[in-house]
Amino acid sequence: MSALLSPLGTLGRATLGFLAAVGRVALYGFATLSHIFRPPFYPREFLHALLQIGWLSLPVVGLTAIFTGGALALQIYAGGARFNAEAVVPQIVAIGMVRELGPVLVGLMIAARVTSSIAAEVATMKVTEQIDALVTLSTHPMKYLAVPRVLAALITVPILVGVGDVIGIFGGYVVATQNLGFNPAAYLKNTVDFLEPLDIVSSLVKGCVFGGIAALMGCYYGMNSGRGAQGVGRATKGSVEAAAVLILAANFLLTGVFFSV
Amino acid sequence: MIRLEDVHKAFGPKTVLRGMTLHVPKGTSMVIIGGSGTGKSVALKCILGLIAPDSGRILVDGKDATTGDRDAFLARFGMLFQGGALFDSLPVWQNVAFRLLRGALKRPPAQAREIAIEKLRRVGLKPDVADLFPAELSGGMQKRVGLARAIAAEPEIIFFDEPTTGLDPIMAGVINELIREIVTEMGATAMTITHDMTSVRAIADNVAMLHDGVIQWTGPVGKMDDSGDPYLDQFIHGRATGPIEAVR
Repeated sequence: MSALLSPLGTLGRATLGFLAAVGRVALYGFATLSHIFRPPFYPREFLHALLQIGWLSLPVVGLTAIFTGGALALQIYAGGARFNAEAVVPQIVAIGMVRELGPVLVGLMIAARVTSSIAAEVATMKVTEQIDALVTLSTHPMKYLAVPRVLAALITVPILVGVGDVIGIFGGYVVATQNLGFNPAAYLKNTVDFLEPLDIVSSLVKGCVFGGIAALMGCYYGMNSGRGAQGVGRATKGSVEAAAVLILAANFLLTGVFFSV
Repeated sequence: MIRLEDVHKAFGPKTVLRGMTLHVPKGTSMVIIGGSGTGKSVALKCILGLIAPDSGRILVDGKDATTGDRDAFLARFGMLFQGGALFDSLPVWQNVAFRLLRGALKRPPAQAREIAIEKLRRVGLKPDVADLFPAELSGGMQKRVGLARAIAAEPEIIFFDEPTTGLDPIMAGVINELIREIVTEMGATAMTITHDMTSVRAIADNVAMLHDGVIQWTGPVGKMDDSGDPYLDQFIHGRATGPIEAVR
């Protein structure tokens, strides 16, 4: 009987553990967001986070977007040729980049670059007692470490997504006009005419949500890191995994909210 | 000034404090000794509220340390962490002046920098160290910067967690002298954790030995050598045999 119940017990414990973790992350997220509007504020840390998360992420976001836009144009052209629909390249590149690939790829690049960096930094601060030192210096670690980073991500990641969308479309434009024989003016006109305001709004909203997820996961895993180098490594790995999965899940939900008929 | 009454703390199945009771009078220097893993750091962290005790009471000036205004409570404390715990991303002077650049004690940056440089000088560091980052300093210098940070806001109570660990004997002597001078000059109440018996004799007014989660012996440092307590005798003479098991 016990052998029969053992797998059920394991499953139950795993489920309870998972739900408890979801609850802890949600509470941490709500607490962080509530602190955004309550003093004291740390403008210097906020400006530093803006620079780190926003400005310094531009090169990797730009490169990701331009190659993706170019590859998308090639794929759509080759795929469309099977049913004589090569002409839809500008429209599909635009809609694909703005609605899906722009926000998701920027979100995942931010998870790789920013979440890992935040988690490793905060976890190292924890294992070297710097977090305890903050508390003894009358400074709330969540206000000093998490709030500036999350706020900076909420502001800069939508901008990065917007920039990524434009660069991705430009990548498709370059490939289509240089390699596939499209007329530049017609390509741009088709792109602009086809995109709707909702496409752009959904892209920016996704960017905001993904940025929040990326920064929150970095802070949460860093603050809950285990001891030593292994603890820092696990926190960093866990934060990137959680951020990537949550970004993809949130993308599915947001796509449903914006575009389900 | 600081009173711990029957404080218990366990981490899962591991019980660390089993009813620790200790009194540290105002303006005195108490040194807590004891083997590794006996809960000395946990006791300090319980007083500061970094760890919540499972039971027992912690009183500072007769008031429960776990209630009341946290910021006002913590503003009375300075702490030197074992590894320094300096903020890597900030230059030395901003580490020292951390409390003076934000919060209730905030003052203009130029004034905060001036105070930081004065505190650095107080711990034997030159002003040109002020603009370096912690990673550019030796272990002894980091410890001294940590000490400067602990005293920067002139706290009433200062905690020192293993202040001489990892330092050469000369630097350890310098740090011991500094701590003694600071406690005497500032009239602060000090609690120090150390394994270093030279430090104990240099810093302490009173000594408490923590073993198996309780205070095994406490008294003035002058009575430490003829206490008659077998645990304390084994510890201060560093004997492998005695009532304290070498393998714990």
